[in-house]
Formats: sequence, C-alpha cells, structure tokens
Amino acid sequence: MTQDPLLTGLAALAAEPPEALLDRIAARWVRVPAPIGELAVAFTDHGVAYVHAGEGFAEAYRKRFGRPLLPAARPPAGLLPALRTGRTAGLPLDLRGMSDFQRDVLEAARTIPRGEVRPYSWIAARVGRPRAVRAVGTALGRNPVPLLVPCHRVTRSDGAVGDYVFGAAAKERLLLAEGVDLDRVRALADERVFYLASDTTGVVCFPTCHNARRITPVHRHGFRSLAQARAAGYRPCRTCRPAQDVAV
Amino acid sequence: MSEFDCLDPVRKALLDDLDEGFAELYGAYRGLVFSAALRLSGRWADAEDLTAEAFLRAYRALAGYERRRIAELQPRAWLMTILMNIWRNCARAKSRKPPPDLREEPVDDVDPGEDVEDAAVRRETGQELAELLSLLPEEQRAAVVLRHVVDLPVSEIATVLKIPQGTVKSHVSRGLKRLRTLGGAR
Repeated sequence: MTQDPLLTGLAALAAEPPEALLDRIAARWVRVPAPIGELAVAFTDHGVAYVHAGEGFAEAYRKRFGRPLLPAARPPAGLLPALRTGRTAGLPLDLRGMSDFQRDVLEAARTIPRGEVRPYSWIAARVGRPRAVRAVGTALGRNPVPLLVPCHRVTRSDGAVGDYVFGAAAKERLLLAEGVDLDRVRALADERVFYLASDTTGVVCFPTCHNARRITPVHRHGFRSLAQARAAGYRPCRTCRPAQDVAV
Repeated sequence: MSEFDCLDPVRKALLDDLDEGFAELYGAYRGLVFSAALRLSGRWADAEDLTAEAFLRAYRALAGYERRRIAELQPRAWLMTILMNIWRNCARAKSRKPPPDLREEPVDDVDPGEDVEDAAVRRETGQELAELLSLLPEEQRAAVVLRHVVDLPVSEIATVLKIPQGTVKSHVSRGLKRLRTLGGAR
C-alpha cells in the first residue's frame, strides 16, 4: 500500500520547540551564601525574580508568581559577587508583575550606595509621590529581591532602622556590616539633626553620604530640615540628592 | 504500594512534586503542543507564545487541583484543550482587527535559530502545505492539525474540540479534500 503523500506531508509538519522555550515558562532556583545566611534565589530569562530566607521557599514562590520552579545547575552570572559586595547595579532583575509605583520605588532604592541610608520620605519624593511615604514602606516590605534591591538601606528618619522583609535585627546587622555607623545616625537623630553641611564646600548632605562623612568637626553643621540648611546658604549635595529638584 | 502506582510517569510525577511533575509534563508533550500551535497559527513566534501560555496556564491550574483530579487527568487531551482555548481567544482578538494581507504576510514557520540549510530543506517540503493549511476554515484546520499533524485519535479530538466524533470526521475529510483541491490549483 502506498502512503497518501498529503497525510505523510501533514505528519512531517510536526516540530520541536526551541530549547530556550522552557526558560520562558519556568523559573530556575539555586541556594547561595549571603551575609545573612543561606538564601534561595529564583530567576527567569529576564533576571532574578525572588530572594527568600528560611523555610517555605517553593510554596512562597508558587503562591506569589504561579510559575514552575526547576533546579538550576549554577547561579545566574553576577549574583554571587552582587551578594558578596552589596553592589548590585548591573544585575538583571525580573520585576514583571509589579505595579509601576512598586517598580519605581525599587529602582529608587537600588540607587542607594552600600554604606549609606536614606529615609522613606526620600524614596517617596524620588518617585514623584512625596506624600506616599506609607505606601513606599509597603512597597519595600513586598520587595521580592531583598539585598539585590537594597531596601535595608531605607530607614526611618528618627534614627531607628525600621521594618525589614527578613526582620529588623537582620536589617541592623546588614547595615553595620556595610559600614553604616548606626550609633552616630541615632545620636544625630536624638539631637534632631537629619542633614549635615560643610562650610568649606557649602554643601548639605544626608549624614551617611560619603561627602558628609569627610567633613571635619570644625566645619560641620547639623540641620533639622533642608529648608533651614538652604536658608543658611547651603546647596543640596548632588551625590546623595537630599532635594529632588537638584539636577545631577 | 500506593493507590496511584498504576499511573503513567507524568501523572505520578505530578502527584509526587508539582514542579518536577511539570518538567515531566513539558518533556512529554512539548512537541505535541508546539506542533499544533505552529500549524494552527502558522507563525513561529505565535507558536512559541501559545505554547508558553498553554504550559503556564496548565501549571497554574494544576497548583489548584486536588490529588484525585490530577490522578484522573488525561494530560494530552487536557493540554490540547487549554491550547485550543488560548488559540481561539487569540484568533478572536485578531479578527476584531483588520485582516492581514496574506500576500504581504507569508506564513513564517521557520525557527529563527535554525540552520539555514535545514530550513531550506524543510521549507521545500513543508512550506507549501503549511501555507495551504492556513487557508482552511478554523474548525477544519483544527481537526486536520489534531488528527494528522499531531496524530490524536478521533475520540480525543472530539473531547478537545467539544464536538461529536462524527463532526470531527467530517471536518477532517472536508479539510483534506480542500487541501487537495488547493494543492492541485497551485
């Protein structure tokens, strides 16, 4: 019996999907060492999507993202150095599924350098919603990629470190390990000093800005508000950007 | 011995661990889902989108299923049903836009990552038939693709398309007849 060429032709139209298609569907996961102990990290073809400490990683990921999670042979390029150094700028992140506001908040937090902290109100001003300080706190509390978006560097203006996805104690440990002088930040806050200015440069900064840390005691002046510092003739620092209306 | 020991490896794996089970499910049926998606949509990029969406929806559905429901699942027909629903919704959404000019948009069913020579060989043999398939009315194309490209039995196609077996057979035979006419006319 000869085969019907039409049926043979149709059967030959079957095709295999490209290898990479699975990575559009499923995320991969690895365990990696971090400054606060071992972490589980999930990543997709877009970047790192989820960082989790402790039990219940797979269930938490499934509940939040609804995407299959398969083991990875190795961590994504750049993850281990980013966790080790706290410098995460180049690492691709997968922030799909977040609102524009959440993404803006995380992108703003990502600009805070290691060893420095910023108040929640600074993030709110940065994303153009100066009154949404509480919403900023909520968005940071839902940060899916702690450490990689360093939400631990956003602290309360009264000198307390504030809440953290992995707990306030972990936040304090991380900041100390990154070289933030929390005692000094608290001492300044107790004196109602939230900005430091230098009378040699005429610049006013957040206390943990690397420019502020260089000011010698005789030239250092503390301020409660930016308006007071400006009234005294100081201009906001272009590095730590205490004011949003200053061009970089 | 568990009550589920008689199951096929895919369902057994799904009952053991949803994520490992998903990997089994994908490995077993990716070619089937992708082939159907490619020949229904006629475009490589659409086929990748449809396949990814179908497996993602399948995973999300499985995450909410009771064990009993997974044990009773007919994975192949179930996956193809999900794919057909997505494809119909996409086709419906597209039909609301102005129809594409077929002369300007030739069927593009080539893997962009495929070797040029392989693609040329496959193009010669399959391209013309793939283009003819895209000229069939939707229900005939669906029946022909499920029956003769991915080789599903008529009873399963009836389940997937939610139509009687007799109607499946008539869609298939009309589709084949039309393909022969179209092929002869070229």
